[in-house]
Amino acid sequence: MGLLSKKDAALIKDPLADNNPITIQVLGICSALAITAELEAAIVMSVSVLFVLGIGNVVISLMRNIIPSKIRIIVQLIVVAALVIIVDQVLKAFAYELSKTLSVFVGLIITNCIIMGRFEAFALGNGAWRSFLDGIGNALGYGVILIIVAFFRELLGAGTLLGFKVLGDPIEKTGVYAFGYENNGFMIMPPMALIVVGIIIWVQRTRNKALIED
Amino acid sequence: MGLKNNLHKLKEKYKGTKMAPAFNAIHTFLYLPNETTHNGTHIKAADDLKRTMNTVIMAMVPCLLFGMFNAGYQHNLAIGEIQAVTSGFFSTEFWTIDNFFIGFWKILPLVIVSYGVGLGIEFIFAIIKGHEVEEGYLVTGMLVPLIVPVDIPLWMLAVAVIFGVVIGKEVFGGTGMNILNPALTIRAFLFFAYPTWMSGDKVWVHGADPRVQNLADGATPDAISGETILGSLAQGKEVAYNAMDMFLGFIPGSVGETSTLLIILGGLFLIFSKIGSWRIMLSSVVGALVMGLIFNSVASSGLISESSKFYSLMSTEFWHHLLIGGFAFGTVFMATDPVTASQTNKGKWIYGFLIGFISILIRVFNPAYPEGVMLAILLMNVFAPTIDHYVVQGNVKKRMKRLKVKTA
Repeated sequence: MGLLSKKDAALIKDPLADNNPITIQVLGICSALAITAELEAAIVMSVSVLFVLGIGNVVISLMRNIIPSKIRIIVQLIVVAALVIIVDQVLKAFAYELSKTLSVFVGLIITNCIIMGRFEAFALGNGAWRSFLDGIGNALGYGVILIIVAFFRELLGAGTLLGFKVLGDPIEKTGVYAFGYENNGFMIMPPMALIVVGIIIWVQRTRNKALIED
Repeated sequence: MGLKNNLHKLKEKYKGTKMAPAFNAIHTFLYLPNETTHNGTHIKAADDLKRTMNTVIMAMVPCLLFGMFNAGYQHNLAIGEIQAVTSGFFSTEFWTIDNFFIGFWKILPLVIVSYGVGLGIEFIFAIIKGHEVEEGYLVTGMLVPLIVPVDIPLWMLAVAVIFGVVIGKEVFGGTGMNILNPALTIRAFLFFAYPTWMSGDKVWVHGADPRVQNLADGATPDAISGETILGSLAQGKEVAYNAMDMFLGFIPGSVGETSTLLIILGGLFLIFSKIGSWRIMLSSVVGALVMGLIFNSVASSGLISESSKFYSLMSTEFWHHLLIGGFAFGTVFMATDPVTASQTNKGKWIYGFLIGFISILIRVFNPAYPEGVMLAILLMNVFAPTIDHYVVQGNVKKRMKRLKVKTA
């Protein structure tokens, strides 16, 4: 990567694997459980978080020297809230059905621990470019897990992917349904999201034993 | 003893390799180990974990055999081939070869799938992780076919067993470390994943479900109904069975759960062999009776109107609750699982009582989950360590007080 120095590239690469915000830091679990029943919702959620975290990190980083530390949380909240409102309005304008599916969870991006966590831990102490990369990296790390979880939940729970009936029609009994296969209703329920996230954590730590804490 | 020696030779040959645990497991399952310890003081006892498990399996065999007869009986009764039983437990209508073989060919595959898949996973995990094969699945594998409807598709059972053994047990560290009863985890998975195969009025009698008839190109009439008693009560319908039928087990239900009489026999066997805890069984029955009495008195005092959807389950005579559904089976074979139950004696009383109490509570107030005993046991499994903690702490405190009095 000629574009980025090694140190900068690590800002994007680390959160994707060995410092993943969901599987290693265990942040942002609430939305990972709530909106991963459908792949489409998970993708939109990931993009929204990418937007909010990428721009938010830059804004906070630029303001970091003028924010009084006593009120920094309030300032951070206002920045997130403003960005989330933009996302919410855009969704309502261009993807109304989807915004209804995501409902309150778009608004709840404000409370997503990953965002405030990156503001506090990174943007307040680093320059704008590095903060931007950090925001993008963490949002991608979050998005990857969300999409993996949603992929399995939608495929096994509803037999569809992005709404396409990839496994056949359950009512007309085509595809695998002709052999007596049935959708797994448990996959649609939030507890199963927790279990899928748990399995991802398990697989990740089996492959890289250094991640196992005592 | 040719087999034993061959196994021993294989064991020696594979010693130190990854396959060693697999041969060791087969060897010790069938025979005594060749080596015994030589020095030091040991308590000699014949009952290792495998023998303990086998005792529980023996206690369940009558239920399994009865389940086979009952599956055939319910099927033949539903299609009008035979008359309902009239002369008690030894009715000739029930104990026929025909009934037995219908049930046998339906239930044997369940047993094979349950053991094949479950033990397969145990062996794989033992080989990967390099420890001995654990005995825990021996009982679970027998419990699973007894607590599912007879027509459950085999692939669903296999998926559920994989889930139950891996997520319910192996991730916690294997046998003895699990928080939840693996057999109930498997059943709960089936219940939430494939509810149309686990509840309703069609799944409990072989051949009643049109989906099964499709698969078998069925020549069976389509108007078979096979509702469980809990199912009809939840909908406020009349129950067509008398208390004696319920006690002896001539009712539709999961494979092995119907005959309260044989479950009690199995329970007594467990109590006398000191494997099941009588405290848990007794307190659980007491808990269920107390809750049943509370509901009865609410119903009879007129606090709830007869049109209420809870009325028919509430006014069910309190002791009927012990006979219907999976209550007896759950209490005797599931609640007493030594790994997931409370360990302290006082804790066992509390644990058992709450299982009985909550089972009936769920049964009555949530008609969508008529089988409250499954959820009650799983819930109390989670609380068992907490109960134990407070029992132990209470004991410590009591002794500390005594200590102070003496020193003062």
